[in-house]
This record gives sequence, structure tokens and C-alpha cells, in this order.
Amino acid sequence: MLYIKCPYCGLRAQKEFSYGGDATVKRPNINEEVSSEDWDNFVYMRKSPRGKHIELWQHIAGCRQWIKVQRDTATHEIFQTAKVTEEIR
Amino acid sequence: MSQPFRLNKEGLINRKKKISFTFNGKKLFGYEGDTIASALIANGIHLVGRSFKYHRPRGFFGAGVEEPNAKLQVEFNGHSEPNVNATEMELVEGLSATSQNCWPSVNFDIGAINNFLKMFFPAGFYYKTFMWPKSFWYKIYEPFIRKAAGLGVASIEKDKERYEHKFEYCDLLVTGSGPSGLASAYAAAKNGAKVILAEDKPRFGGTLLTDDVSIDNLSGKDWAEKIITELKSMPNVTVKNRSQVFGYYDHNMLVMFERVSDHLEKKSKFTPRQRLWYIRAKETILSTGSIERPIVFGNNDTPGIFLSAAAKEYMKVYGVLVGKKPLIFTNNDSAYETALEFKKNNVEPIILDTREEHSSELIDEAKSKGIDIRFSHGVIVANGYKKVKSAKIGKLNKDKNSFEKIETVDCDCICVSGFWTPSVHLASQSGNKLKYEEKIDAFIPDKKKQHETSVGAANGSFTLEESLKHGFENGSNLSAKITETKTEISIPNVNEKKYGAHDKFWCMPLPKNENPKRFVDFQNDVSVSDIEIALREGYRSIEHVKRYTTLGMATDQGRTSNLNGLQLVSNIENKIVPEVGHTTFRPPFTPITIGTIVGREVGMEYMPTRKTPMHEWHEKNNAVFVDAGAWKRPRYYKQGSETLFEASKREAKNVRENVGICDVTTLGKIDIKGPDAAEFLNRVYTNAWMKLPVGKARYGLMLREDGIVMDDGTTTRISENHYHMTTTTAQAANVLSHLEYYLQIVWPELNVNVVSTTEQWAGAAIAGPKSRDMLSKLYPELDVSNDALPFMGYKEAEFFGVPSRIFRISFSGELAYEINVKSDHGMFMWEKMMEVGKEFGNQPYGTEALSTLRIEMGHVAGPELDGRTIPSDVSLNGLVSKKKDFIGKNSLGREAFNVESRQKIVGLIPIDRKSSIPEGSHIVQDQNAKLPNPKLGHVSSSCWSVENNNPFSLAIMKDGKNMIGKKFFVVSPLKNKSIEVEVISSHYVDPEGKRVRS
Ligand SMILES: [Zn+2]
Repeated sequence: MLYIKCPYCGLRAQKEFSYGGDATVKRPNINEEVSSEDWDNFVYMRKSPRGKHIELWQHIAGCRQWIKVQRDTATHEIFQTAKVTEEIR
Repeated sequence: MSQPFRLNKEGLINRKKKISFTFNGKKLFGYEGDTIASALIANGIHLVGRSFKYHRPRGFFGAGVEEPNAKLQVEFNGHSEPNVNATEMELVEGLSATSQNCWPSVNFDIGAINNFLKMFFPAGFYYKTFMWPKSFWYKIYEPFIRKAAGLGVASIEKDKERYEHKFEYCDLLVTGSGPSGLASAYAAAKNGAKVILAEDKPRFGGTLLTDDVSIDNLSGKDWAEKIITELKSMPNVTVKNRSQVFGYYDHNMLVMFERVSDHLEKKSKFTPRQRLWYIRAKETILSTGSIERPIVFGNNDTPGIFLSAAAKEYMKVYGVLVGKKPLIFTNNDSAYETALEFKKNNVEPIILDTREEHSSELIDEAKSKGIDIRFSHGVIVANGYKKVKSAKIGKLNKDKNSFEKIETVDCDCICVSGFWTPSVHLASQSGNKLKYEEKIDAFIPDKKKQHETSVGAANGSFTLEESLKHGFENGSNLSAKITETKTEISIPNVNEKKYGAHDKFWCMPLPKNENPKRFVDFQNDVSVSDIEIALREGYRSIEHVKRYTTLGMATDQGRTSNLNGLQLVSNIENKIVPEVGHTTFRPPFTPITIGTIVGREVGMEYMPTRKTPMHEWHEKNNAVFVDAGAWKRPRYYKQGSETLFEASKREAKNVRENVGICDVTTLGKIDIKGPDAAEFLNRVYTNAWMKLPVGKARYGLMLREDGIVMDDGTTTRISENHYHMTTTTAQAANVLSHLEYYLQIVWPELNVNVVSTTEQWAGAAIAGPKSRDMLSKLYPELDVSNDALPFMGYKEAEFFGVPSRIFRISFSGELAYEINVKSDHGMFMWEKMMEVGKEFGNQPYGTEALSTLRIEMGHVAGPELDGRTIPSDVSLNGLVSKKKDFIGKNSLGREAFNVESRQKIVGLIPIDRKSSIPEGSHIVQDQNAKLPNPKLGHVSSSCWSVENNNPFSLAIMKDGKNMIGKKFFVVSPLKNKSIEVEVISSHYVDPEGKRVRS
């Protein structure tokens, strides 16, 4: 079970979180024209890297905040966690 | 009754307390502190089971977790447990143990015929024999394999015991209380660290209990006791015996299995049987020690053959002799300690040492005591079927592959030592890639991936001095980093015997024309020849050899067989062992009970039960409940001997004719507040929300970004910047997360807050043509006329003195209202409604009637919104705005969503107007068509239409409305039904929606 540092609550067990996918995907702006290709990329296309991956988790059984987690998909090592408003380098 | 193999004084057992038990029906006794194994050996019993494949007689081999053979069916404290390790299970009064894998008895086992047919049971036997013909699988092969593979018998009784889970955090977890573990725990504790010390066995001390050593002038055992006593007195230390750390998981989480009370004669009602500990440790010391490995020789599985250290442990811990005429067969010095222990107890051993004559401290001591030592010797084959009677021994030539002399010697036990294998399971589980240590012919931990440090024998250090030093240093350094305190500890003086070098010898050759079985893996019956066959047949990867031969795949995880197996492969392949590599270690290290894994999450505690505030009323009024997620909802209220069908029909009919009330508390409710709430809803829902006036509700549809319908429900504008959203019961949690996602990540600029209020409100729907009459009685002061409170209207008013919200919304398609009061007033509201509703013929209705009402109205719900449908598939395209953007809008233009023949919602009625249509049935053109019969759609929801008094179903069907008027078949192979149906509109009752507006 992973041990995830919520930027609001501190280190908590994975049980308290739910996974939310790639955090680097940006939704096209509302009310703006978007090409089919850009839209399809947003909805469907995801990378599945072996190694570092910045992803979203929600602290559902805690503060309910969505957070960013930089995790190694092979080893599960977590390098950094951040608020969604913060950057992960 | 005497115990022929019990020593008079030796041992740590409590001779004051006799314990009686039975083995295969025979009454026996042992002492408190015995294991089943030690008590049986004391009684001279060695034959305890039959082997897995060949049903060969098997006895004890080890004295702890390493035991591959002695797995028993044990009954105690009112339950029956299979595959209990006799070398680990402590004796308790009244325990009854029986042998497994034998029939009719362990002494005469019919399956033993396999032993004489062993040429037909080679490696890969299961793969080869049971492949063809395929039709034999179910009736012949599978039952045979199941029967043959059977170890013990799982109980079919309900487990009455209590199991618990515990979560714990610590600075340092120490796994094993041998010298290095004790030293680590002690040093860390002195630095103020929060320490957990776990010991698998009942007694602390590990090898200190059996080795002839002294520390600071105390015997090993006394020193261990002193340290443990001090550790127990420290508030920052938790010391646990009978606790096996069996798994090393991500982020330094380890899982421990504690045997809390199986050894107790009496325990309180609330004492759990076993406990599972989830321990998050900042640092972990792996002081798991090492396990002796055997030397492979002919018939080496005969009862009476032991690991040499186990024989010593039986003497020193249990006061039991494994035999009175021992042969000690070794390639190293440690077995000499066993020989000396025998000698001390007036038993004359013979030592067969594969090494050439030489001298060391232990050899010299054995010589001086007059022990018969034969160098360059080994056991070729053990004689005796159910017990060792003699052994053919041989003097090895210099090449160690042939014999100078062969003779037979009498013996009643053989104690074998092929040197030591560090227990690296936990290190390997943690991700540590092991490395091969030539010096000890075994793997030890290498580069760490997690916060683990192996010390002592687990790290390949086999001297006490080194183990202690290693333990103190690592315990101190690792904890000092955490506590920032360093207490100096002087490393104690150690007195131990110096061992000479071991012989890199692991398998006895066979003389020409002799071919006894030489087992590598006892538990899975894998012999040298099986591995040879696998290699001959082309298996190369050690992982493949393992699976083909089943080497190391039994419940003992190959503790005594892995390295010998690797040696064999490397010899044949002419590779060195590190090139062959090792197989992967996986948790659990030892088998643990299912009960422990499950813990308290059984029965009612399997998941939380959510009850509405009116639950007790439903219970008292014969509600039959149905699970809706964690919620319990009344499915119907049973009157007399009514069936579900009869009751739901009655309830639904009453709604259509009079009025009914339904508990709708379980609907998801989300409070939405903020100046941008309208804009937010406008983006979340497919329809327009900017112009909804205060005091009005609107039905809304939300999509996922891929255009699929996510949920539907009504949202009411309570005040300027305050909305009340409802969701379906099932999607409540997902919708909240969905809204939070958009507010926190996608549109943080919107000033909106959302919070779940599902449990804050109790809800009741009042539905039926008489609902307005009833409402006016419930709110005598309020104008509830169609003008004052129209369809989709909203009002706040007092309900007999308590605040309430009135929504004029309808799921049943009838004139209907929904009343919400605070949860605490839910029961009051419900009882008042029942009281006031009497004169209107009001009856409560459950989810089944609710479904009937919505299905015949053509209202979609979960079965239609199944994660595959877009709004136009379910006739909701009228709710999709063309003018504004919303979540998922861009996806609706996708080609596949807009083809004419797409599956869409329709209604179905059976031609005979009688046959009910099973949900999930497939729609086909021709019921007799050749398989696979082309599927045109499926039945999503079915009911008995109370309005038309015949069955009616909703279906999602190819070409949708274009099919109206045509006839098809619905087939349900599951229910063996085929029914001819006609396609009609999905709106079977009141298609214009007049009633809700009346
Ligand atoms: Zn949090």
C-alpha cells in the first residue's frame, strides 16, 4: 500500500485516495473551438510510461482535494506531491 | 504412560503441566511448551503423513517454518484447520491431529502405489498426462487432480473465531529476535526510537536458545532473556512473539501475522484468534536468520531423517531425542554441535563428514569426547520404509564422485547438514536484487530499494560476534538518524566456538546400478531426476524449471530446496549459480489463514450499512430490503403471503389510482453555492441553466467528456447563489468527485463550493392522482394549487412545525411531490404522512414498484444509462443544448454516435401479452438461426405494466424507433426462454406527460 503525502493533510495511506489519471492533460477551454484531433487527444490518448509519471489523486477519505503525485510507475517510488495549482518539475 | 524419547531434564518446556491430545485417534500426552511435533517425537512417532505425488511415508524434517512434510489436519477449540505445520503449532489440551493426503490411513495408504509407478510420474507429469483429449478435462482429469493434490480439508463450518486488523507505525521494525535482532532493537530503543520487535516463535532468542555460547558471561538464553525483559519495560518498544512478518510491500509497509490465542486453553470472548498488523516502518531490520539446507542422498525423505539443527533444537528446547542411534551427515562444523549435544545426553552418534580429515575447534572437541568421526564419508541411501533402520554409507574418493568403500550401518535417525541459507525472503520482496555469495554458497541481499537492512545470518554472517556487532551498529545508526540521539553501547564480550570452512558439497553420487529417489523438494515430491528431465526437455530458465517441475512451489516456498535445486541446474548446465539466478520470492513467507486476511470484515461488517432515518418504520412494516450500494432500501412491503410480484403490483397500482409514499432519502444530494454556481451548472449539464429562476427545479443530464451519459437528476435553485442538486443513488459519490475535479483543476476561476448533503436530508416522495389532496392536508396553511406550486416548482414551508422543502418533481410519471426534512425529523415526517394519508388510500411503495412506474413511463435509469449510451440513444436529445458548450459536448459529434442504425431505446411487449421478459435477454430476428445469432439489442428493464396489465420492457435496440411495429424474438439462454415480442414506443403510459402537470 502506497504512502502518499497529501499537501494539505500529510502522509496518508493509499486507502484514503482514489486515482485520477495523467495530471499533465489539459482540457481544451470551454466555449472555444477545438479540432477533432485535439479533442480526441484530450479524451482518449494517454501515455503509459514506465518510470516517472505525474498523476492526479483525490484525497477522497480526507480533505477531498485533488492533488498531483509524481510517481515511478515501475517502482512506485513517489518523488514529489503538490497541490494542483503548483508545478511539479 | 512413559515418553520413550523424552530426556529427563533438558529443555524449556513446563514439565509440571501435562497436556493430552490425540494423533490419528491415539491418546497421547505432551507438556506445556511442546509443539505437536516435539510431543509426537517424544512419543516415538515419526510417520505423520504421505507425500504429495507418490504418497511416500513422511516424517518430521525440521523444527519450525522450514518443515516441508509434517502438515496435519488439526482440530482444536471447536474448529478444524488443514495444513497446520506440526513443528510450529503449540500443543493445547484436547487437540486432535490427523494425517493428511493418505487413505485409508497413514500406515496403509492406497495412493502409495504411485510410489511403485514412479516412472509414470516424471517432471511435467500434469502437463503431459492431462492434456488430451480435451473432453476428459471436466469429468476425469480435473476431479483426479483435485483429489490427488488435496492436502488437508478446509472446514465448511462458519468460522466463529474473531480476527482483527491493526495499523501501526514505528521508527524501526525488527523482524526476528535472534542475536542480531535483539542487538538492533536494543540499540535503537536506547536511542529513543519507537521500536517493534517481532519474533515468529513463542520463545525469544533464536539461535541463542540452542547454541553453546556465552555473552558477557551469561548463557545465550539468559542474555536474550535479560535483553527482552529490559526491552519490554521500555515504553517506546513493542515486543511481540508468535508474530511472523510475512510480507514486505511498497513504501516500507510490512505485514505481520500474530497468532494471538491458539495456544491458550481459555480466552475471553473478545480475544481474537489471530491478528494482522499493517506496519509502516521508517526503517526495517531484517534479522530473519538462516535455515539449514540438507545434503541430497537416496531415500532422503524417509521418516527419521532430520536437519541437524532441528535435532539439536528438539533436544535443547523440548528435551526430546529424535533418535537413539544417530548418524550425523555433514559438510560443515555446525552439525558437530548436534553430535556433542547427543553425546552430552549419553547417546553415541557417528559423524559422517564429507570433508577430508582435518582439524578445527569443534572437530577436536568431538574427537576428545570420543565421538566416532568418519571423514570423506556420506550417506548414499537410507534404508527402511516407514522409519530409517540403517544406512548405506560410502567413503568418497578424492573426486567425490565415486566410492572407495561402501558399507551399511545401523541407525534410527540421520541428522543432515549441508550448510546454511540466509532467509532473504523479506529483502527480496522489498525489491532488493540479491547477490550470490561464493563464500557461503547462497544468496544474500545486495542493493536496497527500500529502507531495509539485513543483519546477522540473514546477511550471511554466521558468527555470533559478527551478528551482535552488526546488530548493535545498524540498530544504533538507523535509529539515530530518526531520533537524532545516539546512546553509546559497549558491545558485549562473546564466547563462541570457531567453525572451520564448509565443504562445497551438496549431493551424494549414486553407485552404479542403484537408483533410489533423491528428493530435492520434499513437499512437492521433486527429485533430482525430475530436474534432470526438465533440463533434458529443454527448459533453461530457472523460472520455467520451477513451474515445470513444481520445485519450490509448495507452501514451504522451497526453504530447504531452492539452493539445492539451483546447484543441480548449475551443475548440469555447467554454469555458476549466479548465472542460473534465483526464482522470485513472494509473500506470504508462511501460509496465513483466510480469516486473518479478512479480519472483521465479515457478515454485517463486510461493508458499512447505510440506513435511512425511516428504516425502523420499514422494518416494523414488513419491508423486504434490497441493497442499493451500501444503502438498505425497502424493495416492497409484504402483506400476508404476498410474493414480490404481487406486492409490487399492488403498490404500483395504488400509486396510479390513489397515492403512495416512497423513501427517497438515498438519492445523492449536493449543495452548490457561490456566485458562479449557475455558470458551473451550465457547463456540467447538457441543458441550459442560466435562466432558471429562484424557486424552480429543472431536470438535468450530465455527460462524461466522451459524450456518454454519466448521471441525471433534478437541481433546484434555492436562492440566488444556492442550488440543491440530486443524483442517482448509485452515482452520488462519483458525481461529487466529478464536480470537485472541474472546480479544483479545470475551472478554478469559478467561485463555487460543493458539498454532499445526502445524509443531512430525509426524503419522501408522494405520488399519485391524490397526492395534491394529501399534500394540502400536510400543509394546511400553504397554497399547493397547480398555479401556486406548478410542475417543477419549489417551496419551503413548515411541516407540522419542522422546516421542510417541497419539490414538485416526479419519477413515477404521476402527479408527485418530494418532501425533504432534516434527517432527525425523517421518522416524524414519515409517520405523519402515513397518518394523514389514510383517507386517500395512501400506501408505502418500495423500489420494485418505483421501477415499474418509471419503466412503463419510459423514464430511463441505471440499466439504460449503462456507460454506453449518449443522450440521443435514450431519447434525451431534447435536453442537449445546441447553443452552449458543456462537458462532453465535443464528443457528441463523433461519427459513430450519429449513425442512423445506432442502438436506441424502444419499448417491447410480448405478443401473447403474458410472458414476462427476462432482463438482459437478447433481441434476435430469428430464434432458430445458427449460432452466433446476430444480436439486434438487449432488454434493459422489465416490468409488469400495472396500467395495461401485461408485461412491458425497455430495450436498447439497433435502428431504435424505426423498428416500431415490427416483431422479433427475445432470447435468454440463461433462463432457457424465447419470447416473441412487438416493438413499441418506450413511453407506454401517458406519453404526453399530462399527469405530472395536472
Ligand atoms: Zn488531504
